[in-house]
Amino acid sequence: MNTETQSSMRTPMSRVRRLGTAKSGTGDFWRQRLTAVAMVLLIVPMIAIVMMLLGRNQAGAAQILGSPLIAIVTLLFVIASCWHMKIGVQVVIEDYVHTENLKLALIMANTFFSIAVALAAIYAIFKLSSGV
Amino acid sequence: MAEFALPKNSKITEGKTWPKPTTTANLREFKIYRWDPDDTKNPRIDTYYVDTGDCGPMVLDGLIWIKNKIDPTLTFRRSCREGVCGSCAMNIDGKNGLACITSMHDEPAGAVKVNPLPHQPVVKDLVPDLTNFYAQYASIEPWLHTTTPTPQKEWKQSKEDRAKLDGLYECILCACCSTACPSYWWNSDRYLGPAALLQANRWVSDSRDEATGERLDNLEDPFRLYRCHTIMNCTKACPKGLNPAKAIAELKKKMVERQT
Repeated sequence: MNTETQSSMRTPMSRVRRLGTAKSGTGDFWRQRLTAVAMVLLIVPMIAIVMMLLGRNQAGAAQILGSPLIAIVTLLFVIASCWHMKIGVQVVIEDYVHTENLKLALIMANTFFSIAVALAAIYAIFKLSSGV
Repeated sequence: MAEFALPKNSKITEGKTWPKPTTTANLREFKIYRWDPDDTKNPRIDTYYVDTGDCGPMVLDGLIWIKNKIDPTLTFRRSCREGVCGSCAMNIDGKNGLACITSMHDEPAGAVKVNPLPHQPVVKDLVPDLTNFYAQYASIEPWLHTTTPTPQKEWKQSKEDRAKLDGLYECILCACCSTACPSYWWNSDRYLGPAALLQANRWVSDSRDEATGERLDNLEDPFRLYRCHTIMNCTKACPKGLNPAKAIAELKKKMVERQT
């Protein structure tokens, strides 16, 4: 409990009820489990793909990613892991950062970062797999 | 940010070592947190020696012996002395529990270390301020909600439905679980904590209650419910052997169930 809430003259019940419920939370909870299960399924094929890519030059990598199945598995893995990362880091920020403005800025930065990483990876996969 | 270090005025200092009783050799050392709101001093750890032949075997027996025989200013809550009322919840040898059902001989090495429940404001010595904790309990409205007119005789419940309340109704609200939870330490102003959530699940699971949906609506929040990260300190701490972590998981399951 921070000192601000302790020194306030509001009743304990008013402090507990605060701004009411956000009417959300289950969505993120469910998506975090969904992406976790997706990654469990995708991790073995993904390791196999990374091992195939090891030591290859760009042309070799483009050839491997040219296979639709491999490209789709890689894309699914990137989407699931970036989404999972976004939700996970947001939970950490909400846990430990209690300054409202700083918290909002960090959540924003986390969202930008996760989308940027995901889009960069998706763009790279498309570029390599289509051979342009 | 979350507080990882104690504020300056909460730093604990070395306290007084009270003289050993000379009448016996059967002594048990107690190291007890002391803080007095009436002076400006920091909290301190006082050392006492309890004559184990002259008192019962529990930590609470030792505390009462100290209060009667050595230092009447030692302050703590106690009432039933048999693990039913939850008054004497405190942190004993690093673990939250009830002083009345925790033996002072369980951890034979070193002193019995007694502190107030963690991360709550201290009123005095071993007495924590549980105002916020009780308000959180009240906020889940722990009574039967119905719109059907009250039956002449009683609200009926099958044996199977009654059995669903086992493991939930026994909670004595001692606050051992909530104050053992790191998530509750960092966010107790917004997270309801394991005790209030176990009680919430007790009413959500009650077949006679007609406000299950509203009760779940009231918990649909990233902080009120979803600060639980299944750390399970609550379950480890519960002196009644209940499983608040499972109760919270049940609530989350019902949240997902009504969306899919």
